[in-house]
Amino acid sequence: MSNSLHYTYHVPGDDFTRAGEASGAVKSALKKLGLSPEVIRKVAISMYEGEINMVIHAGGGEIDVDIFPHQVVMVLRDQGPGIPDVAKAMEEGWSTATEQVRNLGFGAGMGLPNMKKYSDEMEIDSTVGVGTTVTMKVNL
Amino acid sequence: MSGERKGERYFHSVTLDRESCRGCITCVKRCPTEAIRVRDGKARILKERCIDCGECIRVCPHHAKRAITDHLDQWDRFQYKIALPPPSLYGQFHNLDDVDTVLEGLRAMGFDDVFEVSQAAELVSDATRKLMSEGLLPRTVISSACPAVLRLIQVRFPQLLENVLPLHAPVELAARMAKRRAALRTGLSPEKIGAIFITPCPAKVTAAKSPLGSGHSDIDLVVSVSEVYPRLLSAMNRDGASDSSLSHSGRIGIDWGRSGGEAAATLHEKYLAADGIENVIRILEAMEDEKLHGLEFIELNACSAGCVGGVLNIENPYVAATRLKRLGRYRAVSCNHIGDRIPPQAKWDQDLSPRPVMRLDPNPLKAMEMLGQMEEIEKKLYGLDCGSCGAPSCRALAEDIVRGHSTEDACIYVLKDKLELVMERMMSLNLSGSAPRYRQKNREKTDPLKEEKP
Repeated sequence: MSNSLHYTYHVPGDDFTRAGEASGAVKSALKKLGLSPEVIRKVAISMYEGEINMVIHAGGGEIDVDIFPHQVVMVLRDQGPGIPDVAKAMEEGWSTATEQVRNLGFGAGMGLPNMKKYSDEMEIDSTVGVGTTVTMKVNL
Repeated sequence: MSGERKGERYFHSVTLDRESCRGCITCVKRCPTEAIRVRDGKARILKERCIDCGECIRVCPHHAKRAITDHLDQWDRFQYKIALPPPSLYGQFHNLDDVDTVLEGLRAMGFDDVFEVSQAAELVSDATRKLMSEGLLPRTVISSACPAVLRLIQVRFPQLLENVLPLHAPVELAARMAKRRAALRTGLSPEKIGAIFITPCPAKVTAAKSPLGSGHSDIDLVVSVSEVYPRLLSAMNRDGASDSSLSHSGRIGIDWGRSGGEAAATLHEKYLAADGIENVIRILEAMEDEKLHGLEFIELNACSAGCVGGVLNIENPYVAATRLKRLGRYRAVSCNHIGDRIPPQAKWDQDLSPRPVMRLDPNPLKAMEMLGQMEEIEKKLYGLDCGSCGAPSCRALAEDIVRGHSTEDACIYVLKDKLELVMERMMSLNLSGSAPRYRQKNREKTDPLKEEKP
């Protein structure tokens, strides 16, 4: 038995109604571990925001989650359009979401800022036309 | 009360009638806390997980799930008996124009006094408004009136406990006020006065026997609507001239009996009311993930349509809710007010503590190891969630196995695979001679019938 748990999720890009399933599954796994509510909340929210972003902007992707005794590491990969100006995208309220998505209550420009806020470490690696990889870490 | 023992860690109203249980998995599938398993052909309730919501009573086709309640004949031990009728009770009667008819009926059937729970409900509403306007509560307040919801939060959403309104449910406040009033009126000592609640659901039985937010409940007996109903019905005089002054509650108090009533009574616009246990869970999940924005008050009822949906009621919940709406018409908005300060007996004197019964192990490293094993076992199962093993899902079976409560062979599909292998081996047996020793030895390594240690 290795001392980490690994999960991989495929996030479909064509079905908005299924967004949030992966982060929900991780949340229920973390509850089984009896981790502190604060840690569970941080992982659940940061991953949820990332997952939603993948669906809204990138046509879905893959999420790898590793649970280590001291840390949860989430790696979100997509082959979407990429983020031209990461610093701009990190500003609260900056959004490129469509009206349609906003009508559902998303696209308020808080996705990336919340991912940063709720994770302990975040790294964005994005190339326009190739895709984006976001790595988030939450310490236990 | 049968089933209750002093010092028992978990009292539960919801129990199983073993005789009637056929071991089907209807209740197992519907339990919101995965608290039921079928073992040896009978359902078993895992006491530490059960929240007494009564869903299993609602869905059991064989009526094998029951609510333990007190009974009316136990009231003999009190010299002065006070009925505490909840507003949901008023919705149980066809063609009822006046709440007083019910209150008079309760007296006619032998109660010495009646104290409407809806009166206390109006006080709780007033206190809630006061606490909210003074900014003394968290940004989103969760109602504390439904005990099944409170227990659900303790078990599944412990971090939301801080959002729960720290006030007693109206029935508890009603019991306290009624007994105090009766003591003043009669001069009797408190133990001779009985506060008898007519409950729509098992969760409120449990809440009286094993209180939340307090070490003590003033509710002495809890009898079911279904037991009181026939006697009350025949005691009710519908044509008689009533002195029509028994009821002292307004529209707000009556509306507490249906979903949305308590929330609307906050007089805040930003509220939400969800009813039915599945909907309640969805709201709590969303709240936990901070997906609900701008809400000030959340009313949650485990039963569909609110307390009128309680399993011990007689009438269809939606019919009863409609009747309450009608009964509330032309009544004063509210007839009960707290004045300048919140009555101390309305406040919790104990915090609600989390009950982390879902975690695999108190030691996180051990829990991680167990979760890893769970994932491995789950991969071997078929993912049909058929329930034949007695657990609600393949994942729940995997968890039971890891916890040492079940084995893989509980899965009929895994068992079938194993049997097929046995068959194959039997068919290939060469009975005219025996296999060379070394081949048997090799085979042992992959022998599927050999006990596997997870």
